[in-house]
Amino acid sequence: MAVVTAGARVTRRRPWGVAGRVLGYCALIVAAAAVLLPFVWMVISSLKSNNQVFTIPLQWIPNPVRWSNFIDIWTKADMGTWLKNTLVLSVAVTFLQVLTGSFAAYGFSRTRFPGRDVLFLAYVGTIAVPWQSYMIPQFILFSKLHLSNTLWSIVALQAFAAFGVFLMKQYFESIPEELSEAARIDGLSEYGIYWRIMLPLSVPAIASLTLLTFTNTWNDYLGPLIYLRSPEIWTIQLGLRSFISQYNAEYALIMAGSVLSVLPIALIFMLGQRHFVQGIATTGLKG
Amino acid sequence: MATAAIASAGRAASPSSPPARRGRSTKRRPGSRLKARNTLVGWTFVLPNFIGFAVLTLVPVLILFYVSFTTWNVFGTAKWIGIANYTRMLADRSYHVALLNTVYYAAVHIPLTLACSLALALLLNRRLRGMAFFRTVAFFPYITSIVAIAVVWNMLFSPQYGPINQFLHAIGVQNAPGWTTSATWSMPAVIIVGTWREMGYYMLLFLAGLQTVPAELHEAARMDGANAWQRFRNVTMPCLRPTTFFVTVMLTIGSFKVFDLILVMTNGGPGQSTLVLSQYIYQKGFGENQFGYASAVAVSLFLICILVTIYQFLVNKRRDR
Repeated sequence: MAVVTAGARVTRRRPWGVAGRVLGYCALIVAAAAVLLPFVWMVISSLKSNNQVFTIPLQWIPNPVRWSNFIDIWTKADMGTWLKNTLVLSVAVTFLQVLTGSFAAYGFSRTRFPGRDVLFLAYVGTIAVPWQSYMIPQFILFSKLHLSNTLWSIVALQAFAAFGVFLMKQYFESIPEELSEAARIDGLSEYGIYWRIMLPLSVPAIASLTLLTFTNTWNDYLGPLIYLRSPEIWTIQLGLRSFISQYNAEYALIMAGSVLSVLPIALIFMLGQRHFVQGIATTGLKG
Repeated sequence: MATAAIASAGRAASPSSPPARRGRSTKRRPGSRLKARNTLVGWTFVLPNFIGFAVLTLVPVLILFYVSFTTWNVFGTAKWIGIANYTRMLADRSYHVALLNTVYYAAVHIPLTLACSLALALLLNRRLRGMAFFRTVAFFPYITSIVAIAVVWNMLFSPQYGPINQFLHAIGVQNAPGWTTSATWSMPAVIIVGTWREMGYYMLLFLAGLQTVPAELHEAARMDGANAWQRFRNVTMPCLRPTTFFVTVMLTIGSFKVFDLILVMTNGGPGQSTLVLSQYIYQKGFGENQFGYASAVAVSLFLICILVTIYQFLVNKRRDR
């Protein structure tokens, strides 16, 4: 498993030269500023009054700082419901994805049966098939199953993604076969090996999968857009979008809503950024 | 719920397999009994996920081809009309616009993102303080929601008061572009945001690839007097080939299916200047209930992605030799 640790590969580098190092840092700082600027602008705008958002010249420090935007948005928009729906969905999808994904991954990496490789190929093949190309037949199918316009549709849509199987399979294959062999000799069943040996050893991969799936479900816009029609089951992304079109001149409020929709993910990312990086470096995919 | 699904999948699998096993085991060696048992165990592991995956992904892909030969709306039933949807598509001006715009997006977005993410990865692949911080920063846009990103960028791009045009004025640009309000500049605006959002992700892939470049090769090249550019051309790039290939494939598929970013940033406009294939499928299907025609467009998107991927695989294979 290729773990990205910047600069772990060379034990001793030739002196870079102070100039080179300074230049590198300058380039990095400029790049980082460019990447972060939209977020900085989002946060400062959310703390301004509405007519301070667009001023010439730009006002970089809000004066006075208006926290009230973050209170007003809860009354003007149904943020509570949207956040609750999104949270419920994200947790349910993540739970199912981790459970069935790791279970199937064990089957693909540790058991041998005819047809196994063909099945796995079907999973791999879907990487090249964009969801956008089969969203219509899927919608027809979901409508026939009476899933559309329920939260279940999003659970079904996201929970069985091939991604979880890839990530877990990749990780399982890095665990020495001897361990499960020893357990087998001691009389543990395959299910026991999965549950008592493989899962406990795969905590890093499970953490990656959990975080990536959660983020992905939280941020998903297209699935909810197609399947969730009634406002009471909207997710935060749909809600925010409708809020934007409804109050399209309330820039400061819109920014406050945006901050609130990004904040949980930002916190999760700060806490677990190592797992995000490893999950992606392992599979080369996102959820 | 999940455990119930597994249990039911286990039950669904077991009735068919054990009789077959018992029947055969009388004539065969114990080895084949073990094999049948392994098969059963293997299937029970794979099935819970595979049933969901098959019903929700594989079946729709198959239905897609059928629907594309029919007229169908939500309430009616499908009526077979042969290739009428496809002939209509070939003559459809809006489809041509959508296709061209998608190719435009891909043709600029792919090389730009490749260059940016590789440059970032090379910058970050050093033993300097603070690299983890910069890596986190570069990756951050990728995990934030597209709706929030789009609305922020739309404000930044605002032609009159937006910070970007204010900056352009400050450095002396007279006719600053109208960005998302102008038919010529809306696509570049979308591409900039797309690249900004995704480069951190591909950077991670490149960083992972760079870890596999043997340091000895660099040392040897340096001994031979190769300068930084020559080392990059002749050592780093060849070693990175598998990564570059994978990144290109993923980027290509990602570019051809671009949708949500455009939907929330410009909604295809102004006019049809940023209308892309995915969005056209969405419009025809969910906007106008023309499921049959929308599916024909979807088949074209499907085929483009598959063919481009196969082509890239072939090119890569030939270069391997």
